Amino acid sequence: MLTRLLDQNRRPLTFVVDEEEITAKQGDTLLTAMLAAGLGHVRHSEFGDGDRAGFCWMGACQDCWVIVEGRGTSRACTTLVEPGMRVLRR
Amino acid sequence: MRRADVLIVGGGGAGCSAALFLARRGVRVTLLERGLVGSQATGVNYGGVRQQGRDPAGIPLAIKSRALWSRLPELIGTDAEFDPCGHLKLARSEADEAELLRWNRVAAEYGLVTQMIGRNAIREAHPYFGDQVVAGSLLAEDGSANPRLLSPALARAARDAGAEILEHHAVSAAAHDGSDFVIEAAGATFAAPWLLNCAGYWGGTLSEKFGEPVPIAPLHPNMLVTEPLPYFLRHSLGVVGGGIYMRQIARGNVIFGGGRGSAVKDPSRTRPSAEAALGSMEAATALVPRLAGAMVIRSWSGTDGTFADGFPVLGPSRTTPGLIHAFGFCGEGFQLGPGVGQVLSELVMDGRTDVPLEAFDIGRFARQDTGGMASTARQEEGETA
Amino acid sequence: MKVAVVGAGPAGVRAVEQLVRAGLEPTWLEESPDGGGRIYQRPPAGFRRGYRAIYGADAGRARRLHATLEALKPRCDWRPDTLVWNIRTRERLLDTQTAGRRRDTLAYDALILCTGAMDRILPIPGWTLPGVTTLGGAQIALKAQGVGIGARPVFIGTGPLLVLAALQYAKAGAPPALVLDTTSFLTKAMAAAGLLWNLPTFLRGLRYTAALRMKGVAVAEDATPIAIEGEGKVMALRWRDSGWREHVTPCDAVAMGWGLKPEAQLADLAGVPFRFDATGHNWLPERDAAGRTPVPGVYLAGDGAGIGGAEVAELAGARAALALLEDHALPADLALRAHLDGRLRTEARFRAALERAFPYPAHLARRMEDATLLCRCEAITAGELRAVARYGGSEANRAKALSRVGMGRCQGRVCGPPAAEVLAAALGVPVEQVGRLRGQPPVKPIPLPGAA
Repeated sequence: MLTRLLDQNRRPLTFVVDEEEITAKQGDTLLTAMLAAGLGHVRHSEFGDGDRAGFCWMGACQDCWVIVEGRGTSRACTTLVEPGMRVLRR
Repeated sequence: MRRADVLIVGGGGAGCSAALFLARRGVRVTLLERGLVGSQATGVNYGGVRQQGRDPAGIPLAIKSRALWSRLPELIGTDAEFDPCGHLKLARSEADEAELLRWNRVAAEYGLVTQMIGRNAIREAHPYFGDQVVAGSLLAEDGSANPRLLSPALARAARDAGAEILEHHAVSAAAHDGSDFVIEAAGATFAAPWLLNCAGYWGGTLSEKFGEPVPIAPLHPNMLVTEPLPYFLRHSLGVVGGGIYMRQIARGNVIFGGGRGSAVKDPSRTRPSAEAALGSMEAATALVPRLAGAMVIRSWSGTDGTFADGFPVLGPSRTTPGLIHAFGFCGEGFQLGPGVGQVLSELVMDGRTDVPLEAFDIGRFARQDTGGMASTARQEEGETA
Repeated sequence: MKVAVVGAGPAGVRAVEQLVRAGLEPTWLEESPDGGGRIYQRPPAGFRRGYRAIYGADAGRARRLHATLEALKPRCDWRPDTLVWNIRTRERLLDTQTAGRRRDTLAYDALILCTGAMDRILPIPGWTLPGVTTLGGAQIALKAQGVGIGARPVFIGTGPLLVLAALQYAKAGAPPALVLDTTSFLTKAMAAAGLLWNLPTFLRGLRYTAALRMKGVAVAEDATPIAIEGEGKVMALRWRDSGWREHVTPCDAVAMGWGLKPEAQLADLAGVPFRFDATGHNWLPERDAAGRTPVPGVYLAGDGAGIGGAEVAELAGARAALALLEDHALPADLALRAHLDGRLRTEARFRAALERAFPYPAHLARRMEDATLLCRCEAITAGELRAVARYGGSEANRAKALSRVGMGRCQGRVCGPPAAEVLAAALGVPVEQVGRLRGQPPVKPIPLPGAA
């Protein structure tokens, strides 16, 4: 499971994933924030082979798309979390 | 010199289907394909298996082919993902609606059953349409299939039936020596008393070798596909006047198209057009607003052949006995492929077929001054199958 | 003259530097919100660690590169958060998208593509589980986010990055449960002579391995990963050692990577021809030693043109810019050119030795089990690809058309190399004979317009 290790003394902020309020830290990407909060995954494979939580962390593998209200489909690994952001997993 | 009873040039839907039907009747067939079977018009189009909206002259042929689509599993061992999901053609004005009604009356004479869906009913049945949609006409037995699968599956079945299917065999010379057609391809020479020209856009080059130049132009469909989305779109969609067409496959991807791609250097290498893609993307969300924000993951093009009158060339040569043409399907050939192959096999074996081909006669170009042939309205509708 | 540079990693920074020096004001497009590239990726605002802590031995390089990046931004048309999703070569136009939405086109006379690389992957059962990342991903997590992919991860693959990333995790307080290297010590030793072309880097590699063992991290060479086990999360790695003994190592995350592959999709769309490089086992866009391609006006530099690493990328970026200046009759620094050519020649020899020392385990890809998920986007197994090989899937793109392998959101970036091996083995041909997946626009997904 994703573990906060270094430089974690940053300003906390909250955002919402699937109606659940999540605490993150300033500078977290959505991928970091969601996994560090213990959500376990960021999307389901459409073809029934299980949950996904990204893979490459650099915007190449296209396996961490989530929906951000007001912004649309966004890559969790390249989108910084913002206070009050509302995210839907799918 | 390699001898056959029938030589086929072109491994699209028509050519591969002809190879299959002829081989099944015991004929020695050799098919020559310049690249891989189904690489161009048959393989890259939208995948519409559509009778709706066709010119009456082509309806009997489309009906004949539609019957074969239902029989694909028994004929070729796969359904090529054929899904009789219905083709819903949408009207965006009263004039459009009148056009749908007009076509439905014509189609009824051929026994095609359509269902008009009015203003209120269409909102109720398909709440995902944008405000611009005012009515629609459903031809329930139309549908769609996976264009990438058809030709390879037909070719495989033809091979199993004894046909010789030769890929990477581009024709370099073609002539008739008085008794046989003699074709050179990939360094080999092939001879047969029959030649079927199923070469798509390149069919024009082949017909010219036999003294029949035609005003064929390349047509490059511009196709896009989205990421998989929750399934909601039951029918394959078209609109009166053309410009956008759309379907969703069971895996969830929405496939849509409109506008034209372009060739890079020569028509065998094409690429989709960004401008056309952006236009189609606007048109797609205007038609189905809930697609807004869905991700487009890929786009592609390819090459078909087209004529100004919107009709293919299909039927016997006017110059050379034994030569039969079937090319230039103007973006509407995918559905016809299996049927055209059957028709070609009948013309070779029986000397006749049961569907009218007059409108498709290659002689029509010699008869008239080809400058401004009619029916541009049909042209713009061209849904690339 | 309108010059566009795509990418603001090491190659892009040094290319723009030379262009600006020559008096040009290039348009500089970077997909990320910030420049620096992957090796020198900076944490977002809010992080406080210093260069030494983040980049270790590369701290000096990182600091210099970032300083140049910041100095250049005001001197060019800097466009961060901008994806180039298509190139219209004939019209010399780029199709761009900024902030995930706003679309634009950009005309250019000359173009330098510095598009970088990503990890090369070997699918094994369980590789799509949450908690499995690329080696590069594991490094970025630590470097740019201060997080570990797990508290007790396993690192599998081969190459310099494998040991380096493992060591960084050990130092950060997440000691790897295992470092599994698919390459044998003998293979590495045999390439050692060539590695002397870059003695400092070679020695650094040896030092890292020693440090890792000193920290008590188990390192297995010539080993084979079998499967990542777990339900919905990573629980263990099942693997086989060089003596064919099977082991199960409990862990909570896995990072995998077998060297890098160029992110060359834009070069492909630009019409640059590709060739198979047998040494690096990669398809590479064609370019001369200076970065010129056969397509007029298009130049390549950095890992996107051929894997060389961050240090080489800096040299290649500057060199491509000089080539562009010369080709357009603009003053180029001839002394610098001579220096760069010499350095690049030496580095090429080192790189060749490195590729030989850490080969992609094609044999493992070729005998991938039928049930293994090969294409993670479309969820297609190796067996499904093998099935179409029997039915006309004679070439990579045809096999894609028939099986959907490589047809998904990533367009075969991830599964392309192993899929080519599976297909080649099924057809009984050398891997280069099955070709490569052609790029198609958009190179990355773009949204349909309208309110989200």
